[in-house]
Amino acid sequence: MKVEQISIFIENKSGRLAEVTGILGEAGVNIRALSLADTSDFGILRLIIKDPEKALQVLRKHNFTVSKTDVIGVEVPDKPGGLSSILKILDKNNVNVEYMYAFVERSGDNAVIIFRFDNIDEAISALIKNGVKILKGEQITSI
Amino acid sequence: MIWNDDFETLPREALESLQLKRLQQTLERVYATVPFYRKTYKKMGISPADIKSLDDLRRLPFTLKQDMRDSYPYGLFAVPLEQIVRIHASSGTTGKPTVVGYTRRDIDTWTELMARSFVAAGAHQGDVIHNAYGYGLFTGGLGAHYGAERLGASVIPMSGGNTKKQLMIMQDFGSTVLTCTPSYSLFLAEVAAEEGIDIKSLKLKVGILGAEPWSEKMRQEIEAKLNIKAVDIYGLSEILGPGVGIECIEAQNGLHIWEDHFIPEIIDPETGEVLPVGEKGELVITTITKEGIPLIRYRTRDITRLIKEPCICGRTHARIERLSGRSDDMLIIRGVNVFPSQIESVLFNVEGVEPHYQLIVEREGNLDTLEVQVEVNEQSFSDEIKELQLLSNKIRKEIKDLLGVTCKVRLVEPKSITRSEGKAQRVIDNRQTES
Repeated sequence: MKVEQISIFIENKSGRLAEVTGILGEAGVNIRALSLADTSDFGILRLIIKDPEKALQVLRKHNFTVSKTDVIGVEVPDKPGGLSSILKILDKNNVNVEYMYAFVERSGDNAVIIFRFDNIDEAISALIKNGVKILKGEQITSI
Repeated sequence: MIWNDDFETLPREALESLQLKRLQQTLERVYATVPFYRKTYKKMGISPADIKSLDDLRRLPFTLKQDMRDSYPYGLFAVPLEQIVRIHASSGTTGKPTVVGYTRRDIDTWTELMARSFVAAGAHQGDVIHNAYGYGLFTGGLGAHYGAERLGASVIPMSGGNTKKQLMIMQDFGSTVLTCTPSYSLFLAEVAAEEGIDIKSLKLKVGILGAEPWSEKMRQEIEAKLNIKAVDIYGLSEILGPGVGIECIEAQNGLHIWEDHFIPEIIDPETGEVLPVGEKGELVITTITKEGIPLIRYRTRDITRLIKEPCICGRTHARIERLSGRSDDMLIIRGVNVFPSQIESVLFNVEGVEPHYQLIVEREGNLDTLEVQVEVNEQSFSDEIKELQLLSNKIRKEIKDLLGVTCKVRLVEPKSITRSEGKAQRVIDNRQTES
């Protein structure tokens, strides 16, 4: 159910993002989904990729600070109100969303939303109970 | 263990009368041979004969680093160059370096004091001393080297730099004692981790670390990361080089100053008045056996206090507290005195923060700004922005609470702060360069 996301600390300096993606590209790591959160000084790049261990290894070798976090990917119909219905379920069950980001599947019928929760297990059971489809890791990385 | 029982445990009374005798001889000599002292003393109407007790020392004027610069290179030497067998010089980050010369006997004294220091730190014959202090004009390398040989230990003259090779030698040669700057010892641990070397499993047991101020927290960090005892050593080239003072391994609490060769005083750096024992101020040292370049009441710029209580190790020589900083390193930020070592101790108290930091001081308009750069490691890193902001807010608050200075904390990438193989550069002050 859970998907491994890797996060990378990046100083707010020009060219830094290009450097990270360059290192990953050279290592043959393909990015499936990403989000960048930033402040004036630094940013956190979060990535969903097929082989997180390999990415961690090459990034550490290049002196980046990295971490691994469990997130989940939820499939929602790509139509108005799709996201709202899910957030309502979470709200009703008192689950907090720390952050989220979305992308659209290739077919274009569904959107995939990546969620980071304060309590991931509670979130999963609430979503399942309400019939929301949670994607497996390999389903997301093979999109 | 004590290297020279006769002198190191001399009862205070005998030690002080020896100091007075040697002080008087030194004053006679500099008055006769160094125009700088003769001129100054004549102008003040003082002659060496007026100094009848150790207390009278305070009647004499200070010698400043500037006086050494003014006499560059040999002006303060008390013997002709034919009697000088070694010349060292300070790094001289601003302007000309300060030059010191040693007679054969000075080298012998220095060697003796370094041997004493090694023994006080727990080293003995049979140890393999890995000397990573720089060899050259800097006194660290050769000073430690001679002392280690006198002790009868096996000394490896590594000098600084080439960190991977240092680690290989440490592993293969079975180094037991490490001499280098505290920041370099941490760098060694860091590189060892990168290279997959378990530095804790090496034979190292003691680090004799000095040449830059470091905090008690940093000591704990070094001791834990390298699995050694870390002992603080004090010295400055003007006075001798390393081995002016050392912590004993028994107490690890304050550095014994070899008082049969030096007279330490603590003064108020503003007024120049001698402070009562135990009060914090600037350390002033008078050399009482040196021949090449004796210095009378030399202002070290180092901030500390004198400890005269007897030490558990049995040595009778007074101790100085670990340095809180060099008054040269002291930053004045919006009127508040700030020592880098104070900020260091705050950082060490925040969990997960790396010992690598740098202070950037700027002037924006009429206001000084202090930026504290701290490296983020995997322990302190979070995938959530708010966690990292909590971390930087916490550091900012603790610095504000301790020092009363508001600063900006910038989290930076690991290893982005330049590592030093000698003295770490903790401060970048951009105020002077702006007009």
